[in-house]
Amino acid sequence: MIEVVDLHNSFKGQEVLKGVNLKFEPGKITTIIGGSGAGKTVLLKHLNALLLPDRGTVLVDGVNITKLRQKALNRVRNRFGVLFQGAALLDSMTVYDNVAFPLREKTGMSETQIREKVMDRLEQVGLERWGYKYPAEVSGGMKKRCGLARALVEDPEIVLFDEPTTGLDPMLAKSIHELIGVTQAHFGYTGIVVSHDIPEVFEISHIVAMLANGVIEEIGPPEQIQNSQSPIIQQFLRGETKGPMVVL
Amino acid sequence: MKTQPENNNQNSVGSSIALFPLTLIGTMGRLTVELLTSLGRITVFLFSAILWVFAPPAQVHLIILHIKSIGVDSLLVVLLSGLFTGMVLGLQGYYTLQKFQAETWLGSAVALGLLRELGPVLSAFMVTGRTGSAMAAELGTMRVTEQIDALYSMAINPIKYLVSPRIIAGLIAMPLLTAIFDIVGIFGAYLVGVGLLGVSSGSFISGMERSVVFMDVYSGFLKSISFGLIITWVSCYKGFHALPMASGVSRATTESVVLSFVLILVWDFFMTSILL
Repeated sequence: MIEVVDLHNSFKGQEVLKGVNLKFEPGKITTIIGGSGAGKTVLLKHLNALLLPDRGTVLVDGVNITKLRQKALNRVRNRFGVLFQGAALLDSMTVYDNVAFPLREKTGMSETQIREKVMDRLEQVGLERWGYKYPAEVSGGMKKRCGLARALVEDPEIVLFDEPTTGLDPMLAKSIHELIGVTQAHFGYTGIVVSHDIPEVFEISHIVAMLANGVIEEIGPPEQIQNSQSPIIQQFLRGETKGPMVVL
Repeated sequence: MKTQPENNNQNSVGSSIALFPLTLIGTMGRLTVELLTSLGRITVFLFSAILWVFAPPAQVHLIILHIKSIGVDSLLVVLLSGLFTGMVLGLQGYYTLQKFQAETWLGSAVALGLLRELGPVLSAFMVTGRTGSAMAAELGTMRVTEQIDALYSMAINPIKYLVSPRIIAGLIAMPLLTAIFDIVGIFGAYLVGVGLLGVSSGSFISGMERSVVFMDVYSGFLKSISFGLIITWVSCYKGFHALPMASGVSRATTESVVLSFVLILVWDFFMTSILL
């Protein structure tokens, strides 16, 4: 169980998170929605301590990970998989080597065992024939798939998705959403998705949280958010420029 | 009515002058704190990179890979610069020594100049331009594209994976490149001195034999090792801490080259004064 308590963070004097409180239910997909610059990615990066808060705590199974030493933090991070916005593939390696990378670096698995696992994950994301390509030689959608395969290769309990469909056409975006839904159902991980891809992202979400003005405006099942009475949420869902949220 | 704004202006100018010493002290204090913070950070970065070298698993394949990128990829530029530096030294040395009827000392003058000074410094400059800048740009790009964050999130220490192997590779490759620079440089001077200007081959070589001692080679070797450390350390630090934007990468690259050049020259002075 991951819990965020009274999280504050600011950059160069600008307060981005102003006391976020949020609980993520295990084994479900929680999607954090919000406008551009609302602090969704900042919030996500606090969940595995890539960013540290000015104030507040991030609890993973009751342990405050913002105060952990490197070794203990690494043990927590090993429970996470992350799909970054641009996939963050190591561009000196092939697709196959990118997926195999965490296994080679951190486990004592033999190359045969690694091959079996990597090919399994590549197959799940539809890249089994593209393992020899370098990231620069594949499309944006394939990069995301490879990033997902890498995120899943260590069988993580929690997977973070930072705007997984940014920069993709609607068909590719849908295929990535479907892939997230299918893999979550298959592996049963706790998925935390940051997205402003609405309403498409609602299809795979069990819970949706709206981040606005540095706090969680509302959290609940997708239907609750879609029917919310909050003027901020309604403005965001309808894509209106006029309303309580300032469009920058 | 007219005098009021003038009085205000005079008052504000007067208070600015009165506050100038305080502003100056404040600015100097801020700059000193910033400088000390940067020095602390870059020192911690180096010690951290050195400590991670000894943590298992050993990254031998990465060290070999970076020896190739520092050593082999810089070879052509080192060969060319070494050859022409030697040739220029041959010409200039001959011109100067001729005035004292001491042309036979050409081999000695060129060898000492190259082994002790020009070989380590110029080959370090070449490697800084060829490989140091590329290192800073590569790590900077990895920062921009979140590859460094990805390593952290996979619980893989990016300093151990990205920086330590480069530093070890720099320590190994730099003396080898310097040795090649020295040999090619002496050969260039020989070509010009013996082949073009008529200095006898025997006096060129025997001059070197008479004047070059082990300490000359050793001091050049020590310098080249320390320059290898400076180049990889500064380039990795600047790239690793590049601001996550395109201009951040270009700035990190420029800063790494300029800082490496300056540090190489400053450190060269200290080492020369100790080893002379």
